Amino acid sequence: MIHTDTIVALATASGSGAIAIIRISGAQALELCTPLFYAKSGVSILDQKSHSLQLGTIRNGERILDEVLVSVFRGQRSYTGEPTVEISCHGSSFIQKEIIQLLISKGCRAAQPGEFTLRAFLNGKMDLSQAEAVADLISSDNSASHQLAMQQMRGGFTSQLKELRQELLDFASLMELELDFSEEDVEFANRDQFQALVLKIQKVLSRLIDSFAVGNVIKNGIPVAIVGEPNVGKSTLLNALLNEERAIVSEIAGTTRDTIEDEISIGGIGFRFIDTAGIRETQDTIEGLGIQRTFEKIKQSQVIVKLIDTPKVFDQNHDLIPEEWQRVKEDIQQLREAFPERPFLLLANKADLLTDANKEILRADFKDLLFISAKAKTGIEAIQEQLLSYVDAGALRNNDSIVTNSRHYNALLLALEEINKVQEGLNQGLTTDLLAIDIRQALYHFGEITGEVTNDELLGNIFANFCIGK
Amino acid sequence: MFKDTYDVIVVGAGHAGSEAAAAAANMGSSTLLVTMNLQNIAQMSCNPAMGGIAKGQILREIDALGGYSGLVSDTSAIQFKMLNKSKGPAMWSPRVQSDRMLFSQHWRERLEQTENLDFYQEMVSGLIVLNNQVTGVKTSLGLEIKAKTVILTNGTFLNGLIHIGDKNFGGGRAGERASFGITKELEDMGFEAGRMKTGTPPRVDGRSLDFTKMEEQTGDQQPWKFSYSNETKSLKEQRSCWMSYTSQDVHNILKEGFDRSPMFNGSIKSTGPRYCPSIEDKIHRFADKDRHQMFVEPEGWNTVEYYVNGFSTSLPEDIQFKALQQCAGFENVKFFRPGYAIEYDYFPPTQLKHTLETKLVEGLYFAGQINGTTGYEEAASQGLMAGINAALKVKEKEEFTLSRSEAYIGVLIDDLITKGTEEPYRMFTSRAEYRTLLRQDNADFRLTAKSFDIGLASSERMKLMEDKKEKSDAFVDFFKNQSVTTDEINPILEEKNSSKVDQQGKLFKIFARPNITMQDMRKLKSVENFVKEHDLDNEVLEQVEVQVKYAGYIEKEKLNADKLNRLENVKIPEHFDYSLLKSMSFEAREKLTKIKPRTVSQASRVSGVNPSDVSVLLVHMGR
Repeated sequence: MIHTDTIVALATASGSGAIAIIRISGAQALELCTPLFYAKSGVSILDQKSHSLQLGTIRNGERILDEVLVSVFRGQRSYTGEPTVEISCHGSSFIQKEIIQLLISKGCRAAQPGEFTLRAFLNGKMDLSQAEAVADLISSDNSASHQLAMQQMRGGFTSQLKELRQELLDFASLMELELDFSEEDVEFANRDQFQALVLKIQKVLSRLIDSFAVGNVIKNGIPVAIVGEPNVGKSTLLNALLNEERAIVSEIAGTTRDTIEDEISIGGIGFRFIDTAGIRETQDTIEGLGIQRTFEKIKQSQVIVKLIDTPKVFDQNHDLIPEEWQRVKEDIQQLREAFPERPFLLLANKADLLTDANKEILRADFKDLLFISAKAKTGIEAIQEQLLSYVDAGALRNNDSIVTNSRHYNALLLALEEINKVQEGLNQGLTTDLLAIDIRQALYHFGEITGEVTNDELLGNIFANFCIGK
Repeated sequence: MFKDTYDVIVVGAGHAGSEAAAAAANMGSSTLLVTMNLQNIAQMSCNPAMGGIAKGQILREIDALGGYSGLVSDTSAIQFKMLNKSKGPAMWSPRVQSDRMLFSQHWRERLEQTENLDFYQEMVSGLIVLNNQVTGVKTSLGLEIKAKTVILTNGTFLNGLIHIGDKNFGGGRAGERASFGITKELEDMGFEAGRMKTGTPPRVDGRSLDFTKMEEQTGDQQPWKFSYSNETKSLKEQRSCWMSYTSQDVHNILKEGFDRSPMFNGSIKSTGPRYCPSIEDKIHRFADKDRHQMFVEPEGWNTVEYYVNGFSTSLPEDIQFKALQQCAGFENVKFFRPGYAIEYDYFPPTQLKHTLETKLVEGLYFAGQINGTTGYEEAASQGLMAGINAALKVKEKEEFTLSRSEAYIGVLIDDLITKGTEEPYRMFTSRAEYRTLLRQDNADFRLTAKSFDIGLASSERMKLMEDKKEKSDAFVDFFKNQSVTTDEINPILEEKNSSKVDQQGKLFKIFARPNITMQDMRKLKSVENFVKEHDLDNEVLEQVEVQVKYAGYIEKEKLNADKLNRLENVKIPEHFDYSLLKSMSFEAREKLTKIKPRTVSQASRVSGVNPSDVSVLLVHMGR
């Protein structure tokens, strides 16, 4: 199955944008594009220099589809290692579709997901672990997950696992020797040293496994539940946070009408804000499910941000309304009791409307209360600092390894399971040949991560995780 | 003088040649066994023993396939030992000490009783090859004998050169001539040849030894046997071996001869077996060890000759003698003959297919030491497989190969043809990925039906195997279903320091406990009654014990083996052009082009091919 046909796909994200890039790769890429492109300079694609750009039009017969820029990559000096043409056209979905269909009608084949990278791999442009990292890189949408993907591409924790695997392998060899030469007087594998190695491996594996939670969060954004009544200023707060960074990444409609999720990058870490209704309000509604629903949402989060509409607890004379304040305090207490482990950020919004004395009163009850004004954009930096402090990004900054790939995570779990069996076997004095089965199995799972064993299922997986055009 | 055209000619009658001839003839091929000396059929050139770790398993496999080595080992045994009984069942390895002369005699008798088999004593000096197809052999007297296939099993005879100290002379074995001509001719045809070395210790006169100064090594109380058939019986009487040690004094004397040692003065350049080192090699490599053990093994029932296992040497005979005299019990030692080293030609086995047929010349097969292996069992199993495949080829039937998860023989041949070997190749259990499946107790389950299907294993063997299987399955089911009361089982558990049970439960669970044995189980009336009632023999009892006690591990290994087999099923077309795989390393492309692996799995075992190369291959094969 040697690939000889020429494939085409949209290389930029689907949908409308300012521009879109259509990539054509394969032995016939240049030839197939030549009759469709009319360069302003009159130079045909076949005569265009490699790694150069030309302005012109794409035409279907007489009809001009779009004015485009065409890049040409000759020989093996392209992403795929094959002759490649990239057409930068205007970003309308209609134009993209027209051009791609034209190319297909002239003999291109629509590419499969990951096929460009597959070809790059088959043509020796990258190895498997790089291809896997490319998939992660493409889907990384904040600087932290980008950093993780880069770390993996450079080797990351696999080099540490490689060392451990080698140590384990050395011991395994000694034990094999011991088995095959049980009649001769050869040096045996030192059981104490082996125990120590097993403990060390357990520690490393456990740490990497734990890091997956962190890694996952960094990759997908840290879910933050914002609890507050309508009009408390949730949207204004989100906008304030957004305006600071101007880095909105996605906007996903929530499951209910009143819920939206916003992902905001703060200090290079993605935060996913989940809007939830306030507790009091849901308590008042007839459906008793309301509060449950709020709690379900909070459960998905890792950080709780409670927004208080502070002017509401004071009357027009800036005097405290004790029963209002009491209800707010009860709400807060209820939340804290329900989620004692979660970091809890208490924000007193609309603080610009409070007097210093008011603030003193509230602070007396909650020392860690942050006074902000979403509207006036005061205290925003303090919120950001506070949010970042909850993130165990220490690991990242210390250049510690974090596992983000679920395939790696699963292999680590399996490896640990086998290592635990080895330890159990050692403690029970299991005979070496049976111990060896578990060791071999652990080595296998190690190898799945370090690339020292070939796994056919894995191959399919890696390329299947790409989207079309990559 | 000869049949017009033989189906199969086997050159050499050692362990490989004898099995090859027997297998081909038993499969109905007209077969001729040509050897330089018909008095020395299946000669034990080195130690008088068969089996051992991994080798015992191979011997059981040969027997399960219908070869003769197991039968002959049984009838010529003087001592039986099941090694590693304290370890898991994958390690249990049967071994016998043999009566060397009886071994050879019984082999000859069996071959003489084999139909379709002719004998001829002569040196084969060349092959007749037409258009890359073998058509017969030429002898040193100028005879030409025609054949459809030829199996070369030349052992250490091809340009054999014997070394004792600084003296050397041509020979294939002590007291026997070397064989000339074949290597040159094969090289001219395009074969690559190499040189290997092996050695053997001195043989001594038992009447001159003081056994009171050595430790006695007796055989098993309840000796077993190799053959699954009822044809042979286990030993009633056994002879002991003895253990002695070298000392610092011994080492010092040996060192005096190093400058006259062919190993150290450069006259032997070829590689010897690292795993079976000579005594001079041992004291050189393990300089900090002040003693090495030696096993003193009788060569038969009715001989005073002893084999000094562990003292293999090619030092000058006077040094050998002086050094051995310093060992406990050897003070008055008399030599029958000194130890020696021998160099011989071999052909890197990567030139072979899985059937042991050469890639270059059709109908030509290699088996045994000519392929760079060491050991009787390794040789015999190759002979058997070559004999089978030559016979199948003549009948134009499909080839017969065994996979790595099926048999040690499969591991052996796959290793040889895929990786080749730089030193004499010896089988180890660690060479098998799934040794827990390749046990000595289940070789018949693994292989007998396969051999029966190609017409080698007899219907009696097949029936025996099926009977054993049926009985074993029934007995395992019995343990799964039979309950035992606390009153019955707790006294037995108590005796074994195993924690007592507080309620009635199935026997299977209790039997699966680490230190509970079949013997313990048989203390239960229900179990003993079942054994008596169904007339269960040792084979069945052992089989069931393994199946119950190691069920978890066996299951796990089976799953893993299936994983391996998945890659085994990704076939590579025979004339695949690796130069198309640009992303594969140059070394991998080159090696794969030479080895021509049949599956992606085999490709992954070729040295110089790394996992990323295999990934490329897999993706290309459509995975």
